Amino acid sequence: MDEAYIYVKPGNFKKACLYFHKKLNSPVVMMFACDERAKNKCFRIYCVFMGIKYKKWVFVAMDTTENTPEFESIARDIYSAGLFEREIKEMFGILPEGNPDLRSLRLHDEVWPEGYYPLRKDFKAPVSSGAEKKEYVFNKVEGEGVFEVPVGPVHAGVIPPGHFRFSVAGEPIIHLETRLGWTHKGVEKIFEGKDVNSGVKLSECVAGDSAFSNSNAFCHAVEKICKIDVPERAMFLRAVFLELERMYNHLSGIGGMAIDVGFSFPAMYASVMKENLLCLNEKLTGSRYLKGVNIIGGLSADLTVWKKKTLLKRLEAMEKDFRELKDMLYSSVSFMDRLDGTGVLKKKTAEDLGVLGLAARSSGIEKDLRKDFPGIYTKIKFNAAKEHSGDAMARLNIRVSEFEESMNLIKQFVDKIGPGSISFQNKIEFRDSVGLGYIEAWRGPLLYWVKLNKYGIVERCKIIDPSFHNWEGLCYSVLGNIIPDFPVCNKSFDLSYSGNDL
Amino acid sequence: MIKMLKNRIIKGVVTRPVKTDPEIEKIGAELKDLIHKRFGRSFHIREVDTGSCNACESEIIAANNPIYDIQRFGVSFVASPRHADGLLVTGPVSKNMHIALKKTYEAMPEPKFVITCGECALDGGIFKDSYYVENGVKNILPVTAHIPGCPPNPAAIIKAILTFLRK
Repeated sequence: MDEAYIYVKPGNFKKACLYFHKKLNSPVVMMFACDERAKNKCFRIYCVFMGIKYKKWVFVAMDTTENTPEFESIARDIYSAGLFEREIKEMFGILPEGNPDLRSLRLHDEVWPEGYYPLRKDFKAPVSSGAEKKEYVFNKVEGEGVFEVPVGPVHAGVIPPGHFRFSVAGEPIIHLETRLGWTHKGVEKIFEGKDVNSGVKLSECVAGDSAFSNSNAFCHAVEKICKIDVPERAMFLRAVFLELERMYNHLSGIGGMAIDVGFSFPAMYASVMKENLLCLNEKLTGSRYLKGVNIIGGLSADLTVWKKKTLLKRLEAMEKDFRELKDMLYSSVSFMDRLDGTGVLKKKTAEDLGVLGLAARSSGIEKDLRKDFPGIYTKIKFNAAKEHSGDAMARLNIRVSEFEESMNLIKQFVDKIGPGSISFQNKIEFRDSVGLGYIEAWRGPLLYWVKLNKYGIVERCKIIDPSFHNWEGLCYSVLGNIIPDFPVCNKSFDLSYSGNDL
Repeated sequence: MIKMLKNRIIKGVVTRPVKTDPEIEKIGAELKDLIHKRFGRSFHIREVDTGSCNACESEIIAANNPIYDIQRFGVSFVASPRHADGLLVTGPVSKNMHIALKKTYEAMPEPKFVITCGECALDGGIFKDSYYVENGVKNILPVTAHIPGCPPNPAAIIKAILTFLRK
């Protein structure tokens, strides 16, 4: 197993976290609570670090009593824990003692009364009247000539809702605060009480543009808990579909960056390519967004010989189109000029914030689960993309090279697919246990921590989309830029609202 | 620039009078006529996401791409509710978006219509009865039409808008 659980006394929790933070050189990748009052009369808190060198996920865990639920905050020492602690506070009512910022993230003060904690097992939804509601307080920058520009939650384009509060002095942005949570639906609560098959379905609706990665990560967690051996053929096929998902999303990102600086032709070119890929997905699996493909223990859709041929043929055409697209973008001086040096996220900042995935690789942090926890990727040759400048240009370059690498990977995988079954054939034996499913989705590492009972019912499911880490990165990258450059910075990160808000 | 010109000539018109779906063109022609008659040449839509998973947005954007190109039929997506004839809503309506959705609707000039897109906008779909969703748009605004699917594909979106206009 690649998970290590270390149980410590509440007094040693902070010390242990600091130790692993330094030793493993890892930000807090996940931190969450679990309601164990029925069994152990306590809330259990987990803080997770990624030990790449040891190929282990380290879980530091502590128990806090049910009567005075609290723990010592680590946010002052490890910045990346801050948002997680706020989340634990609002969802469970467990106080992270010493955290300077305890404002709510998703349950907005304007519509949600105090004292209701949805992820507690004995939670009952509030009756609408009677409870006191408050207003959210933004961080304020004061000084002569500083003014605020509020944007959202409803934006001008066909995009999800989020609120951005810019503080501007003259033209440059000196502070940006994002307020998210607008698309909060209570997904983690809905997971509780579902059987694993409905869980797969629900996971596909967590973030629609990474439906396959989400269901893959959820299946991975369940498969680890139930000790299911996924057949090799299924593993290869999953990798193929995962790369296809990466490809269509990268195209949408590249096109989006072009359109955000007003460069329409290549944007349209990219959108046609994306449409072709979605149609290819439909042809291969019956779903444009690869929904309903993953099942526990394998897949429901197979690549027949004929489908394999179609896939390779389409990829070849795609390769040519992509070269053209690349040429168009890179030969336009004004386009390059808009991206070069725009929205720089420094490596040190990215490390402190715990930025992961695509955005981190653009800033020189060479982390990629496909390389660090390779799984099936050991069977083929994989080159992880890397950039150092951390600007929008770097994020474009990463997308371009990852797109090309994905095509390369798919060819290798298709070549390796042998005969065999595409799903686990025996009866699944459920166990009362926990497990972490992970996958390098196109935005970055996507993590599902699942707790099952012996009947195969989900008791707790914690989801971390890389967007949860990376929104903070966006806020820092735009500093010093002008507001008209914000759309392209935002698109260069291309973060999920739904995956963040859950 | 030369690259673009070259590509423009080589690719020609990609918009589908498509082999895969000849229906789109037929529907489209009919749609265009209707819009001409009823709305004086154009039907403007404002889109609001009230907590969808993004797949619906992705498909709505796809309906605007050169292959489906919904604009050629006179349907366009606008940036402000003040310019809109119709409101296209996705998502099960998260409590947080309740006020924003209402305000967007109120900002639209009369006559106005609400169209819902995707399973969860109808009644909450997979998120039904969660503590933080309002179980669909119909509990908040008067809904005139619904586009089924999770997510509906671009052709279905075009088709649904036509069916709505026929009424």
